[in-house]
Formats: sequence, C-alpha cells, structure tokens
Amino acid sequence: MRNLINAKRRDVLKSLMGLVAGLFVPKSIMAEKDQQKRFDWADDSIHYDPHDHKWGMGIDIDNCIGCGRCSAACKIENDVPREPFFFRTWVERYHILENGETIIDSPNGAIDGFNKKPDEEDVLRSFFVPKLCNHCDNPPCVQVCPVGATYESADGVVLVDSEYCIGCSYCIQACPYGARFLHPVTRTAEKCTFCYHRIVRGNDPACVEACPTQARIFGELEQKASPLHRFKRMNRIGVLKPALNTEPKVFYAHLDMEVK
Amino acid sequence: MPNWIPNLPEQVRRLALLVVVVVIAFLIVRPMLIPAGFGEQGHFRSGALNDAVAHDYKYAGKASCEECHDDMTSMLASGYHNNLSCEVCHGPLAGHVEEPEEVQPEFPRGRNFCPVCHEYLSARPTGFPQIVSQSHNQLKACINCHEPHDPVPSEVPEKCSACHGKIARSKAVSHHANVECDFCHSVNEGHKTSPREFRAAKPIDRNFCGQCHADSENGSDAPQIDLSSHEPRYVCWQCHYPHLPEAK
Amino acid sequence: MDELIQHLYPLLKSVTGYIYPNEIELHWGLLVSLYPYLTGLVAGAFILASLVKVFNVKELQPTYRLSMLTALAFLIVAPLPLLLHLGHPEKSYEIFLTPNTNSAMAMFGFVYAWYLMAVLLLELWFDYRKDMVIIAKSSRGLKKWFYKILSLFSKDISDKSVAFDHKAVRIITIIGIPSAFLLHGYVGFIFGSIKANPWWSSVLMPIVFLFSAIVSGIAMVLLLYMVITPIRKQQLDMICLDKLASYLFYIMIVDFSLEVLDFIHRVYESEESIKILASMVQTKLFGSLVIIQVIMGMILPLATIAGVKIFKVPADLRKLLYFMSAILVQIGIFSTRWNVVVGGQLFSKSFMGLTTYKMTFFGLEGLLISITLLIMPFFILWILMKILPPGGSETQEAAIQVPSP
Repeated sequence: MRNLINAKRRDVLKSLMGLVAGLFVPKSIMAEKDQQKRFDWADDSIHYDPHDHKWGMGIDIDNCIGCGRCSAACKIENDVPREPFFFRTWVERYHILENGETIIDSPNGAIDGFNKKPDEEDVLRSFFVPKLCNHCDNPPCVQVCPVGATYESADGVVLVDSEYCIGCSYCIQACPYGARFLHPVTRTAEKCTFCYHRIVRGNDPACVEACPTQARIFGELEQKASPLHRFKRMNRIGVLKPALNTEPKVFYAHLDMEVK
Repeated sequence: MPNWIPNLPEQVRRLALLVVVVVIAFLIVRPMLIPAGFGEQGHFRSGALNDAVAHDYKYAGKASCEECHDDMTSMLASGYHNNLSCEVCHGPLAGHVEEPEEVQPEFPRGRNFCPVCHEYLSARPTGFPQIVSQSHNQLKACINCHEPHDPVPSEVPEKCSACHGKIARSKAVSHHANVECDFCHSVNEGHKTSPREFRAAKPIDRNFCGQCHADSENGSDAPQIDLSSHEPRYVCWQCHYPHLPEAK
Repeated sequence: MDELIQHLYPLLKSVTGYIYPNEIELHWGLLVSLYPYLTGLVAGAFILASLVKVFNVKELQPTYRLSMLTALAFLIVAPLPLLLHLGHPEKSYEIFLTPNTNSAMAMFGFVYAWYLMAVLLLELWFDYRKDMVIIAKSSRGLKKWFYKILSLFSKDISDKSVAFDHKAVRIITIIGIPSAFLLHGYVGFIFGSIKANPWWSSVLMPIVFLFSAIVSGIAMVLLLYMVITPIRKQQLDMICLDKLASYLFYIMIVDFSLEVLDFIHRVYESEESIKILASMVQTKLFGSLVIIQVIMGMILPLATIAGVKIFKVPADLRKLLYFMSAILVQIGIFSTRWNVVVGGQLFSKSFMGLTTYKMTFFGLEGLLISITLLIMPFFILWILMKILPPGGSETQEAAIQVPSP
C-alpha cells in the first residue's frame, strides 16, 4: 500500500516535472522504456546486468568489535586519501552514560582501531556502529545534483560520475549521513560505491571481505535466498534517520536510538 | 511576407529576430555537446558505469588465497578464526596473486597487532575474546603462545552463552526461554575447544518439534499443529526461528 | 596533496563534541555567502524600480534608472562567486546541457537567464531605446556603430513608437516583479529545501530571503543615490530620500517579523536539532548573528529611522542618519547570508558537535577574491552609467557638444 502511494505520488511528480523538463530535456532522457536496455560493458569479461540485481548491506551492531579493518581496507581498496578528513566508511563508538549523556568518537575513522577511554566506570551501554553511504532508494544527493553526475544505477547503487561532476558540493550538503566528501585532488564528489568494480565481477565489497566478525552482510535485497534477506528476516532492523524518508538500503540490526 | 508581421512595431521585429537567432543557436549547439549515451540508463552518462568498474582490486579475496595456500585455509577453517579473510592480517594481496614473488604479504608479529581486535574495550560485544594487554604476558609476542591460524581460548568456556551470547539474549525473552540449549542441539564436549571440528547438531526432523507441538496427548501446553497437514514440505525452523520471541 | 589539505589539520583541534569525519572540511564558504547577497541586491533594486513604473510612486522617479542599472551591475557579477567556488568551473555549462529537473540548483541557469534576458536587459533596452537611437544619430565613428548595434539598428523614434516602449516597459515590469521574487525566493529554496540540514530546512527560507533581499536592495540604491548625486553635481531630492527610507523601514519590519517568527517557531517546536543549534548560536555564531545581524543590522537602523520619523530632524542630520542606517543594513544583510550559509555547516548533521570555519585571505575562497567581487559591480555600474546615462540622451548630447580639438 505504501509503495502504491509512493508510486502514485512519484508519477504525479514525474509528469509535472515532465511538463517543465520537456522544454529542456531531449526525448531520450525522458523515455523510461529505454532504461530497460541491457548495458554493454566496455570490459568484455564482465557479464553483469544491473537490471537483474538490487544490492543492499546489513550491519549487525552486536557483531562489530570496532577493529576498523573495514575502514582501513576501504581506504586502500579505493585509493581514498589517507588523511583523517576523507572517508567512504568509518566506525563510530558510542558510550551511553548513566546520566543519559551520549559520547561518540571515531578517531581517524577507526582506521587504526580504538583506544580505551580513560574513565569508563559510569557507562550504561556502549557499542560500535560502522557507517557508510546508505545507498538510499530516495537519495537526496541524486535529487539535488544539478547535472546528473550522481545517480542511482538500476541495481540500486548510488554512484558518482567524476568525469561529469562539476564539484558544486550540493550533494555533500544534501546528504544527511555525512557520507560524501570532495576529493582534494580531483575536486569532485566521492563516496562509497559498494566497491562497484568488485560486485560487478562477483566479489564482495572490500569492507565486507575485511570484516573479521561478519558484522557486514552484503547481498541481494530482492532474492529470498540471499543472506541479506535472511538477515532482515532474523533480526529487528533499523535504518538511520528514517524520518527523512531517504529509504536507506543499509540496514542495521540492534540499532540503538542514540545512533545519529 | 505574412500580413501580421508589419503590424508589429519596428523595434519588436528586431528583438524577435535576435531572440530567434539565439534560441536556434542554443538548440543546434546543445545536442552536439551532450555526451554520448547520456540518458540511456537514467539521467546520467552511461559511460560512467564503465568508469566505475575500471578500478583495480587491492584485496584479492580469500578464494584467491585458497588456490595456492589450501593447507593454511583448511587449518583456518577448523578453528575460531575460520571466518577471517587472510588479508585481514596479511594485508591487501591482489598484487601477490599476480606476481607472487614481487609482492609479499605482511606478517604482523608485533604485540600491537592482535589487540586491534582483542584488546578489552567496553564497547566490544560480550563473549568476544578480549585481554588487557598491559597485564597479559607483557614481554611475549602474541604468536608465541597463540597460533593465529588456530587460536584456542586459554579457558574452556562453561556455558554456551560465553560464545553464543547473541542467541542466549534473544532466547531469554522468547517462548523457549526455559528450554536448555542441549535439548535441541546435541553437542560433543570437544565443541568447546575445537568448535569447528565438533559441530553442534540442529534438529532436521519435523518430528523433533512435533514432540511438543504436534497434535497428540503429549500433555504439553505449547501451541499445537497437525504435522501431516501443516506445510509438509518444510522443516520447522525454515519458517519459525526458535530463538526469537516471535516464534509462534 | 599535502598542501591541499594542510589547512584542515588545525581545524581538528577546534571541533567540539562529535562530527562525522567528512564534515571537517566546510564546502560553502565566503564565496557562496556572497552569491545570495548579490542576487538579493539585484532583486531588491529591481523591486524598488518597479515601484516607480507599476505603482506610480512618483517620489522615487529619480532613482528608477539608477535602480535598474544597479540591478544589472550586480546581476552580472552574481554568478561569478558560484562559478569560482566550483571544483570544475570549466564544466559548468553542463547545467544547461543536461539539467537534472529534480534539482533546485539545475534551475539556476534558467532562472538567471530568464531574469537577465527576459526582464532586466529587455526592460532597460526598451527604456533606453530612444536615447540610444538619438546618441547613435548624433555621434560618429565607432561610437555611432556601438550604439547602432546596441539599439539593434532601430531608427523609429516617432511618438507612437516611443509610447510603445513605455507600454512595453510597464508590461515587462509587471512580469519582472514575480520574476524578481522567483530569482531570490529560488535562492532561498536552494537552502530551504535541504531536509538534511535543520538550520536551512524551512518553508520560510525563500520568503525571509526575499524580504531581506528587498531590504538590502533599497538600502543599496539609497546609498548609491546619496553618493552618485553629489558626484554628478545634482541636488539630492529629500522627498525621494524620505520615501526610500520609509520603504526601507516598512520592509525591514516585515523582514524582522519573519525572522522572529522563524526563531520563535524553532524554539517552540524544539525539535531534535534545537540543542546543537542553540549552542551554535550561543558560541560560534554569537558575534555574526546576535551582534552584527540582529542588533547592528536590524534593531539599530530600525530604531534610527523610527526616530527620524517621530522627531523633526533637520535635513542634513537626516541624510547622515539614513546613510549610516543603510550602511549598517548592508553589513547586517551580508551577515545574514553568512549566518545562513556558513552557520548551516558549522554543526554536525549528527547534531552532536560543532566545527569551525577559518577564512583565508589569499586563494579562491579567500577574502581578497570576495572583496574584488564586491567591488566589481560598482565598477560595472560606473561603466554602465557611462554607456547608458540615467539622465538620458540630453546629458550625452551635452557632452557631445563640448567642442573637440
């Protein structure tokens, strides 16, 4: 039912936009049917049709030990600058104190792990939360990109075309999760791609590969047999900032209300 | 010349001409500049997908390691570290797969490496093995006592919840709170020290659940079903997760 | 690489609480603050001009052409700070090629082009056509050709034709008012529509932007009128000046009420973000928001103009007070833009901490470029007034009649 309403509202919006857009946009862009066309990869060894997949990630907070191997692996795999200002994924540590106060830290995105906090006596609860791009199904970053340089591929992965990005930073402002940054050298927006170069060749993203406790589960959202589907069935699931209606495709099991 | 044109004031005709020229120039130039393939897959340059996948692997993945080092991976598979990827400790090794001699793996032998995962932190989940390195055999390297490919806990755990804390926590609030673990899972004592070698069994027979839940005079006040008519093609736990409170 | 990010390290120390690791770098700084300030002046100056043409406010007639030229001068500069802040200004044309129709920012090019070409240039062209034809006729050589091209080789200056010009100006102004509202309301929408950012996300944002734009536009025309008139050895029209100050006063009251409403609404609703926003206003934004924007830029000039209205103030002192108030308003409105743009990035979207903005002097995002961009419109205005004298072709003819050696 909810999807129906959404779909209807989207259709109305689309047709309204279409009226305006018709003035400026060539027919090929407006024609939805063409989007079903199979994509021919430049690399012949890839046999992957984005239309056959829908990717997502599950994160089991109870399994995360805060070793930060994921954020370290991500920096290496994707050539993310090592400086402590640029992260495609990072791990946060939450300490919820007896007095209700919440203390969060993520030293250098946890690429070197965490150190002990000096006074931990009055801690009520504490846990780690890995963060990354949520690959929203209703992505605010894609909505605001003025030129179509960031987009949601048919398989649900939100990507950036750095060739085409003009570096306006509007997407960075629009992302509620702080998942984007401007690469200091290319001066274009960057973010997690679910290691798109790996998944089209049948491998897991580097962070999933590097996680020693299987706190990250990567997989198909719409196939009943997938581990992610089972994960969503077995656990109570939360997403980050659900009130913003971004419809994240990163699902957290055992998510605390304090997680921001 | 159509007769409506002379009716317009002179200055408007001149302006209109300028506007027409500008608009036509825009309409001619624009399609020439739009990159090829834009809009075919959505409102973006289709070639961007090719750019996104044109990136080299740094992490080869455990399957690649297994091709040459199956002795190590099978050793790993029988122990607590079975789910670890080799590259978690040995670093990214896609280069090593390509050129085994040129690129060598890392061997972190120092005392500062293992604590990245195993140092005690209050935020780490209960049940995960942790030490306080300051008071834990200060002068010895971890690997002197612990074989990293088959680490063994120093103390044999007493209860199942020491390792399976997550299951224990959800079971504690489920309808099965009072059912002991070994009622359903028959476990060899060896599982406590070599968990992968001696695995805990799962009930695979529908009649197992039927002991309490099938229509009969078993005297149980648990919910009852008719085994012969209730989804006979499935094993019970494929639909009902017995550790969860929702289990009906 | 190192020199590109060196400036970020000291910022790590000034972070309070927790911010997402990518949030240390602030992406929209001085330049982007300049952009709404400049477009605000455009919209404000145009709306002032339209008071003359549409609502027949005769007292403001002396400022009509000045307002229009001011609007054009600022509109020409307005996109420059945006262009300069882009990571890749050379690719900015893509916004016309493949505009994402869902994006507020993609519409920038079209709103801007519409306002520049369909409103400002067109209205100025009709308004100045007769003057341009006359100048073209009475001059020689390059100058003749320059004005011929400018007037699109138009020759007809019969009464009927000029009457049509006046009618056209009126119609364009009527279209222009909603367009000016659109231009600046739209800039407010760019910020107001970002749901991720509670400091920006507000339906009032476009309206607050619009009214503060009108305030800044009127104050700017008032300043320019007071500076330029003596330079051109003409007498300041006190009735016009009083009228300008009155309009400034009334619009400021509306603007201030809207801002207060926004403030009360936020505090009363007291949503999740209220704690971090309150602590931001009390610490990092205290100087620029409470002191400069509200006290200096709003309450002080309001009180001054109110005082002038209540007490009989002699004309000379009145001029001084108007001048001072208009300057304070300019500083206040610039501060408003700063507080919106930079303020919206000083707090973490985790609502758990604050970061800092360090202004640089040199470099693209630096103070020097911004000051240059702020001076540029005045330079352009000076050129525009040479080409299109607000006094009309008479002044040009007078200049021509000076015998050349």
